[in-house]
Amino acid sequence: MDTSISFKLKVWRQANAHAEGRFETYEMRDIPTDTSFLEMMDILNEQLIEKGEEPVTFDHDCREGICGMCSLYVNGHPHGPATGATTCQLYMRRFKDGDTITVEPWRSAAFPVIKDLMVNRNAFDQIQQAGGYVSFQTGGAQDANAIPISKDAADEAMDSATCIGCGACVAACKNGSAMLFLSAKVSQFALLPQGRAEAKRRVKAMLAKMDELGFGNCTNTGACAAECPKNIKLSNIARLNREFLCAKCSD
Amino acid sequence: MWLTNSSVGRKVVMSVTGLFLVLHALMNAVAIISLEAYDAICEFLGANWYAVLGTLVLAGGFAIHIIYAFWLTLQNRKARGNNRYAVTTKPKDVEWASQNMLVLGIIVCCFLILHLVQFWAKMQLPELMGEHIMRGQDYLQATFSQWWVLPVYLIGFAALWFHISHGFWSAFQTLGTANDKWIPRWQCISKWWASIVFILFAVEAIYFTLHFTGVINC
Repeated sequence: MDTSISFKLKVWRQANAHAEGRFETYEMRDIPTDTSFLEMMDILNEQLIEKGEEPVTFDHDCREGICGMCSLYVNGHPHGPATGATTCQLYMRRFKDGDTITVEPWRSAAFPVIKDLMVNRNAFDQIQQAGGYVSFQTGGAQDANAIPISKDAADEAMDSATCIGCGACVAACKNGSAMLFLSAKVSQFALLPQGRAEAKRRVKAMLAKMDELGFGNCTNTGACAAECPKNIKLSNIARLNREFLCAKCSD
Repeated sequence: MWLTNSSVGRKVVMSVTGLFLVLHALMNAVAIISLEAYDAICEFLGANWYAVLGTLVLAGGFAIHIIYAFWLTLQNRKARGNNRYAVTTKPKDVEWASQNMLVLGIIVCCFLILHLVQFWAKMQLPELMGEHIMRGQDYLQATFSQWWVLPVYLIGFAALWFHISHGFWSAFQTLGTANDKWIPRWQCISKWWASIVFILFAVEAIYFTLHFTGVINC
């Protein structure tokens, strides 16, 4: 078995938010299959710098799949062809010798391109700021078992809380909808008694902020959940709808 | 108004107005069992206040469904941005129908216009104008004795199958009545319901065509 591959890399280059973007093709030679996708991008950038060209700008940080910073729409998949993994957890052994690999930024009106493959995901921060938290009255910590929580609810809330806010759901959605992200952020509190106190205000405020920022409407296509690197489930969206309808009905 | 201002509210309107075909298929089935009984239903649903009210609710729901469909699609295309992806794939969990609901809906809508011209415009409309009309089965004969009608109807029903196979479970998801257990259940019920509607309508159309073109005599 080959331990290194050569392939064509088609990368989206865009000088800034207002410039016209285009694809640039680079020949990548003898890349070890143990290289991660982002390391491969680093190798490309080293080569570009050596040639005196502008390196490709892309987001990355922890490189262990927990920070939600890396993005990249690789060969038609947000975070590439691997399932349940971020781009930084994607390795070149997923690709074959002679492949053409197309790398695009997230494309959504709410996530404008800053440069090349880097997009502005500040809209997610704004949605979080609208209500994605629990207001605490500080004081002495109460006994650990004062509020009983079922194992099912705790597990479900934990699963929802694993959303890293990378924006793959928006990138995958044909409508550019952020419903999977929003539903995970609403669910992690809605399932727990500590979050119930502010549940109605939270769901209305966060949904209103999402709509205001120009995300699309959910059509229950399910591409978001299929492409989510953290396997956030589609049932979260049903919970979000339920929470919102109940909040509206009790107005 | 949250039914127009919020994305979830708009989808609620889509789901409620979409769930309107449930009774229609059942009334047509009567005509296979007995043409006289079908005449009786046509008589019953003439220009009575409840029939007119029913028609208005149906037509209103349908109109709102279409208006919202175009409105939501425009918003969604805008949210997608100006640059399209160069490479796109369909994840295997994603239904084909769910990505093509507007196109399927337009086919269903074209069929429906034809259907209304052939039946409603000759049955309830003249009666509302105060004219006397023929028996219900005479209109069935006038329509289904022409051979081209059947294939056109079947295309309409096929589009309807795909539209309902996604739309039905999607409506319950939007109304929040789903969870990890119920999403697969609703999806299963959705396929069944789409198939029942398709088979009922298709059998009716095939039966009427064979009956009124004289191929079968029963």
